Amino acid sequence: MTADQTTRHTTATHRSLCTLPIALLLVLALPVLTACGEPPWNNPNPLVQDDLQTYQSMMAPAPPKHLDPALSYATDESLFIMQIYEPPMDYHFLKRPYELIPGALASAPEVTFLDADGQPVEESDPAVAFTRYTLRLREDLHFQPHPAFALDDAGQPLYLFDNVADGARFKQIPDFPVTGARPVHANDYAYAIRRLADPKNASPMLGFMSQYIVGMKAFSEQVAGLPRDSWLNLDDIPMDGLEVVDERTLNITIKGLYPQFVYWLAMPFFSPIAPEVDRFYHNPGFADRNLTLDWWPVGSGPFMMVKNDPNSEIVLERNPNYRADYFPTEGAPGDLEAGNLADAGKRLPLIDRAVFRLEKSGLSLWTKFMQGYYDRSGEVHSNTTGVFDQAFVVRPDGVEMSSELADHRITMSPDVKPGLYYYGFNMRDPVVGGYTEEKRKLRQALQIAFQTEEYLNVFYKGNGIAAHNLIPPGIPGNLEGEAGMNPYVYDWVDGEPRRKSLDYARQLLAEAGYPNGRDASTGEPLKIFIDVQSQAIDNTSMNWIDRVFAEIGVQVEFRPADFNRTREKLLTGNTQIFSHGWLADYPDPENFLFLLYGPESPLECDCDGANNSNYASEEYDALFRQMRVLPPGPERDALVAQMVELYRRDAVWLYAFYPKEIYLNNSWVYNNKRHGISKSTLKYTRVDEAEREKMQALWNQPITWPLYAALLLFVSLLLPGIVAYRRRQNATIRHAISRHTLSRHIGG
Amino acid sequence: MLAYIIRRLFYAIPILIGVNLLTFLLFFVVNSPDDMAVSQLGQKYVTPEGIQAWKRKNGYDLPLFFNPEAPGSDALTETIFFTKSVRLFAFDFGRSESGRDITTDVSTRMWPSLAVALPTFVVGIWVNICVALMVVMFHATRLDRWAVFVFVALMSISYLFYIIGGQYLVAKTWKLVPISGFHGEIQPWKFLLLPVLVGVIAGIGAGARWYCTLFLEEANQDYVRTARAKGASEIRILFRHILPNALIPILTGVVVVIPSLFMGGLLIESFFGIPGLGSYMLDAINAQDFAIVRAMVFIGSILYIVGLILTDISYTWADPRLRLS
Amino acid sequence: MKPLLLWSDALIYLLVISLCLFFLRLRRDPQTREHWRQVFSTRIGMVTMTLILVYVGIALLDSLHFRRALDPVAGSPDGEVFYDGKVSSVLDVMLGGMGERFERTYSAPFALDSFEKQDMQDEAGQTYRDFPPLKHAGQHLEQPEHRWRDVLTRSASALLWGLLLAALVIAPQWLLLRRSPYPWSASWVTQAVVICLAVWLVSISRYYHVLGTDLGGADVAYQSIKGIRTGVLLGTLATLIMLPIAVTLGVMAGYFKGWVDDVVQYLYTTLSSIPGILLIAASVLLFQVYIDLNPDFFSVGLQKADARFLALCFILGVTSWSSLCRLIRAETLKISQLGYVQAAHAFGVSHRRILTRHILPNVTHIILITFVLDFSALVLAEAVLSYIGVGIDPTMASWGNMINGARAELSREPVVWWTLSGAFFFMFVLVLAANLFSDLVRDAFDPRTAKLAKGSAAA
Repeated sequence: MTADQTTRHTTATHRSLCTLPIALLLVLALPVLTACGEPPWNNPNPLVQDDLQTYQSMMAPAPPKHLDPALSYATDESLFIMQIYEPPMDYHFLKRPYELIPGALASAPEVTFLDADGQPVEESDPAVAFTRYTLRLREDLHFQPHPAFALDDAGQPLYLFDNVADGARFKQIPDFPVTGARPVHANDYAYAIRRLADPKNASPMLGFMSQYIVGMKAFSEQVAGLPRDSWLNLDDIPMDGLEVVDERTLNITIKGLYPQFVYWLAMPFFSPIAPEVDRFYHNPGFADRNLTLDWWPVGSGPFMMVKNDPNSEIVLERNPNYRADYFPTEGAPGDLEAGNLADAGKRLPLIDRAVFRLEKSGLSLWTKFMQGYYDRSGEVHSNTTGVFDQAFVVRPDGVEMSSELADHRITMSPDVKPGLYYYGFNMRDPVVGGYTEEKRKLRQALQIAFQTEEYLNVFYKGNGIAAHNLIPPGIPGNLEGEAGMNPYVYDWVDGEPRRKSLDYARQLLAEAGYPNGRDASTGEPLKIFIDVQSQAIDNTSMNWIDRVFAEIGVQVEFRPADFNRTREKLLTGNTQIFSHGWLADYPDPENFLFLLYGPESPLECDCDGANNSNYASEEYDALFRQMRVLPPGPERDALVAQMVELYRRDAVWLYAFYPKEIYLNNSWVYNNKRHGISKSTLKYTRVDEAEREKMQALWNQPITWPLYAALLLFVSLLLPGIVAYRRRQNATIRHAISRHTLSRHIGG
Repeated sequence: MLAYIIRRLFYAIPILIGVNLLTFLLFFVVNSPDDMAVSQLGQKYVTPEGIQAWKRKNGYDLPLFFNPEAPGSDALTETIFFTKSVRLFAFDFGRSESGRDITTDVSTRMWPSLAVALPTFVVGIWVNICVALMVVMFHATRLDRWAVFVFVALMSISYLFYIIGGQYLVAKTWKLVPISGFHGEIQPWKFLLLPVLVGVIAGIGAGARWYCTLFLEEANQDYVRTARAKGASEIRILFRHILPNALIPILTGVVVVIPSLFMGGLLIESFFGIPGLGSYMLDAINAQDFAIVRAMVFIGSILYIVGLILTDISYTWADPRLRLS
Repeated sequence: MKPLLLWSDALIYLLVISLCLFFLRLRRDPQTREHWRQVFSTRIGMVTMTLILVYVGIALLDSLHFRRALDPVAGSPDGEVFYDGKVSSVLDVMLGGMGERFERTYSAPFALDSFEKQDMQDEAGQTYRDFPPLKHAGQHLEQPEHRWRDVLTRSASALLWGLLLAALVIAPQWLLLRRSPYPWSASWVTQAVVICLAVWLVSISRYYHVLGTDLGGADVAYQSIKGIRTGVLLGTLATLIMLPIAVTLGVMAGYFKGWVDDVVQYLYTTLSSIPGILLIAASVLLFQVYIDLNPDFFSVGLQKADARFLALCFILGVTSWSSLCRLIRAETLKISQLGYVQAAHAFGVSHRRILTRHILPNVTHIILITFVLDFSALVLAEAVLSYIGVGIDPTMASWGNMINGARAELSREPVVWWTLSGAFFFMFVLVLAANLFSDLVRDAFDPRTAKLAKGSAAA
């Protein structure tokens, strides 16, 4: 090989090496040249060519952990469970206040009161020892198609394996070629309750429900003692409180009076579970491939799960065996005008498929929503808090959207959840606790100083309502207007509540023995300690709270800690002020008032009680016991009002607010009314796919000049480099030659 | 060679035991099994029975390291540490605390991680070498000094800024690619472009500078001077002399990284929503899912040790004078 | 007023003093002096060193903490004085109350109005919604339109004062050092720029928020400056804390060999085979629990944050420990094979003497290079750790916490860009200076690159 050839060879390598960036840019730029009329480049959703109406949604910020209705107790999990399973009771989609309606039942459960001998008595009879609920199922309930129901020619289950190897070829549920289905029986509901009682499932309901359902505890203890090598048919073990009368009728007996029990029947825990499904999932080796009831739910609800990849997406499709269910024909006042009844009478569900993609970061979620790739801004959270004030303008007369949102014809659905967030005082604390007049005044002074409205405005963008009461709006016991105001913290001025002045707070503080925030006897400054979960608070809000209390001369110190440590402090009462939240299970004041019921204190019950304030008032407790068993009515309302007054007078919480969120919906999604409690609302959602496709194309025209700019920049960097190299190469030679000749001259 | 590898693998066992012990210590000083049960069971109606049931179900009802009630050697084996560790060595990672099979998750999540990390790695090395070669060509000129300054400046920018900036400009403002997400089957490249681009650009500063140093080290060797004296062109010197010789330290330097490509990038994956092992690990830390953390530590250590062995092998391969013994 | 000495304060002063002593000692060694001469004979060396010293100076000023005394109260029995729970530093005083001018929420740099609308009432008692004017910006302006003119005139006068101050600072240096062979002029220019900037910032921030305010209404410029202490301390203390362990173990392993070597090698292989982030996360949580369980040790909230900060330094040190230990072990192995060490052995010189006289002085360059190289990496690591949630205590000002909080702001329309920019700028300058400086140090001290640098200088 001559020198010339090698040079050519190496420059060729060089060229091929360094033209690669250009090639890379070309790859980037390639779509530019081919893109005309093609779908947008930035579409993160795969293009599926079929005519199924698909709802595009997300799971944010994390996938569900449990989909077994016996285990799950989180809203982001109910989002799926409640579409797939159908509990006996349901909530009316549109009516407010929330109305319980029969779901899988043909009619509301019949209630019979029994005495200790099991004889029916009147409700008011003091001899009432048990309550019996009789559930009558609808005729047309069927489970979804599922391999667990597949039968062979002999009528035996097709997919039951004796060893791991036989079933090893099935990795996921869609891998099973044959499926079957069958009607839902009353026994399936009974089986589900037995599963709640099975200690192996570690259901969060076991402890709570066994206080009520007759024989549940005994059942649980009996099962705990049995050998569990393979599937155990829980049907073989009787539970006293459960009686399957016939294929469509089930009796559940609970201890004493507990009118709220009917609300629990609308929760996922009471969804039917077919024993053969449970058995199917106990096939050897199935659990090692995540083939469990926890990951592949099987129900009789409007949807069924066809894909479960919690790392990227979960896909639900219409259950072909779903019962006859129709969009309600009546709603709350205003629904007709708002167009919420446009689909009245239509067969549900209105969509064929729903795709939930995992979305962890707020920035990408919001971006994708604005690009039209998500139909709504959120499912269990609105995800709009961070962008609220820029996206909306809150006017005195309501909420208005920014021009960008208005251009997209986005609609809003406000949602006030029946929940509370609060900072509670530990009533056993020597400094802020106690029931003397001084201590009350101290707490009231702190309450007044904490500017809840301003706090919500700054940190929650107004997505919250300052609480005057421990019962949220929409639930009996929460009153509007002056009657619902907390007179210890607010004054009624010009038709609205106004927070009492800081001067008044300072005066209260002085009367409590802390003039200017200093202990009257020692001069020591008053310092309060707030325990928070470290993830729940950031520097800016801590600084803000610090400044607010500095106004009345009180020093604040935060003690952030992780979830377990905070919980431990609450359980041992080793806290002064703590942050906590509560989301109701059902829309009844009892579910909130029990947050201050004395025996619920963790220090009293030696359990994970809900009364973390350790509030102990004999008066309150007596009222609570009375109220708990009363049916709704004026008598009960009066008791509730008395309890609320005690809560206000004793100033048990530093501040509280009701979370309020505004969900955004793209223009092609319909029936967006939020239901604060029920999650089984996906069946009402309707989408207009053609409109969505049009808008997506319109909003996502890529901006391509940066590609060309990058290319240009690259070339402009390369060119002077090449020029400089040429010059240098030549210069060296010339220079060398001249020096060479020079030295020869001198040498010569 | 084979004997050497086998012996090295045996050396790995005490290291893996040590790693396991350390993870256990760190984790259980902070978290008692009761804490884990509480975090997994949720926030409402948690009863002591429920906690007991969860612990039994997940195998945390034994003592941590020493079981005084068990007879004889069982006192050491009937413990959480022993039961959980032994299974790891059989590559049985068991279930996560929330009940999913870890082996399945790891084996599915490995591929997206690799899909991002491998192109970033390969393209990154290639771009860095290219840039470094160009800089070396202009060694000791003004261009060289500016280039080095630019490298250092690029190095001084936090990785977070590259990601945030890339997402904001390319995906949000210019709408060129999806802002996040991943699909294995459908057009995966669409989702990979931005993370790979960000990864490569963020790596140019440190990478190109390192390669520059390596090349310059070679450029000052005597053989280069000889070649130059013989009148070889700059390009020939660069590609025939410097590059092949500098490839040896490059090779041995990067080989150690290759196995850990499986673990993916923590930040890239979590920002771009890529369901890989990096985000798996981050989620596990946040959820305090000990089973996953332990499995990932174990896998990470193994990959690291494999990387070390590969490095040794690559030394002998690149430099025949060395013999493994 | 009561001074408050945090653990990190004590450590950073200890570190600075020992570094000074270290350098004084090194001066006696002609070879080291030659190395340093090489570093400082470049203009970049001078500029970066000046910048780093400015950052360190700010960090040191911010490390002089005190609590203000509260007014005595009539009721207090024996004239006992109580102190404010809030801790200030000398730097806070020098910044002229910059950190005490809070707004309601976000505001843009040099803005007069808040960035977010608020319900307000006009004179007629009607509620309307608009951008409320800021409390601490543009109060002196009679008409808002004059804002930019006002900014310009104030900047000009600040610049004049700054130049004057700079002249005062630089003049004595000039008198002393004008014959020095080092390029001091580069340092003087840097000093002048820094002084002008500082004077400008302090004087103009009385009238405007130079970098705007964050979600809670706190001044972003102030927060970015407060982040300096965290960054500098983390970068230095982490290395300092792990240094004794790494050096001791590394030298012992390389010198004694045998089972000591095996144990040390086992230790660092084990530690470095654990993915760093998991080790850090687990350890940070561990320390957090320890702090939570012992609240009595800390009378002020800041002390708790400080303890967590030190814990983080320690952990970062431990995770970077293995690489330094490995380097020192290898170097020690090499040195102990050398003739003069063997000769010392033969003469029966004690191990201790050999170690202190022959081995340690010959590994110092590795320690130095690691120290400067790790510095910037640690500052950058802090941001990432805060993102993951295992970084600095959220009550402490740090760039990582700022970036972490600013992530959500990017999804806003219009974007809140200033928090991110503030953190970016201050972090970038420090890391860039440190990186450039560490380059020079490595070039000068590392025998491998030193040869190279000389070679290139010759070429």
